[in-house]
Amino acid sequence: MHESQLVMQQEDFDVLNAIINKLVRDANARGIFVVDKAGQLIAETGELQGIDSTSLASLTAGCIAATGGLAKIVGEEEFPTHFHQGARDNLHMTLVGDRMILVVIFDDRSSLGLVRLRVKKAGNELGKLFEGIRKRAETGAQSLTLPFSEITDDDIDNLFSD
Amino acid sequence: MSFINYSSREINCKIVYYGPGLCGKTTNLQHIYLKTNPKVKGKMISLATETERTLFFDFLPLALGEIRGFKTRFHLYTVPGQVFYDASRKLILKGVDGVVFVADSQVERMEANLESLDNLKINLKEQGLELDKVPYVIQYNKRDLPNAAPLVELQRLCNPYGVPEFGAKATTGEGVFQTLKAVAKLVLADLKKMGS
Repeated sequence: MHESQLVMQQEDFDVLNAIINKLVRDANARGIFVVDKAGQLIAETGELQGIDSTSLASLTAGCIAATGGLAKIVGEEEFPTHFHQGARDNLHMTLVGDRMILVVIFDDRSSLGLVRLRVKKAGNELGKLFEGIRKRAETGAQSLTLPFSEITDDDIDNLFSD
Repeated sequence: MSFINYSSREINCKIVYYGPGLCGKTTNLQHIYLKTNPKVKGKMISLATETERTLFFDFLPLALGEIRGFKTRFHLYTVPGQVFYDASRKLILKGVDGVVFVADSQVERMEANLESLDNLKINLKEQGLELDKVPYVIQYNKRDLPNAAPLVELQRLCNPYGVPEFGAKATTGEGVFQTLKAVAKLVLADLKKMGS
């Protein structure tokens, strides 16, 4: 049903970045992206020049959503792993938990087997991280001050003043 | 479902343009893309058929500015309006923070508008959302056409909740940015309510 808002603190990002930076090295990958199922880019690392990561995030979510729909039609819950082979670069996508997608771009410096091996471990670690974030959000345990509580109507109006 | 990134100090929200086929959802986004400063927009993606009917979605990322030190980014999506693309519409609505319903003002499309509105309610409900609780505005597009229904009639049938509504002619841009600003404001006001 309706998902809670995703709020990530600095310490969450530090852990997330540590996981994906390790993954990009261990998997000899070109780039790693963490995307949520609604199409938001959460984190990225690696050789990212020339990659429009905003578009990548949106299209990844669309791809996962479409194949999720296909999975239900054939009686599967979902297809958790996708692999797209290109002439030079390849794309490996894995679902992490309920709402995240781990995307690995790799070329002939790596292999599908190595990527799958490393993604399995990293996926578990990311799953634990996001589960912790979700639990904090649901129990209200996070003692953060959301930025919106101080927003005034004038702040919102000023955003749109010409 | 907005995403707040305290590390990069960003707020990301998702707005979906909904409505019957050929009502002007894609035209809205195309106009926004055309008229927006390149510094604040990303690439527009359109997954469409050869005849330029939206097949899966259009996507346009916009950076609207800073609020309390947080960069606000809005991701605009359109859904395919043709009736048989319902499975795709459900997927695109996932994580929505605000909705723009684009109604086709033509008299002959009134039934299609109402069908699409019902469809929106059903698809939102599947996500645990109620249309009257979601930041939501209506745009009555194609106001310039000779067979455009009277505004009063459209309001009566399409806007029972009395949400903000705007007449528009998306092909020239009339009403497009007013609609976008209104829904973005509602989304931010909603976030403000959640924060307090």
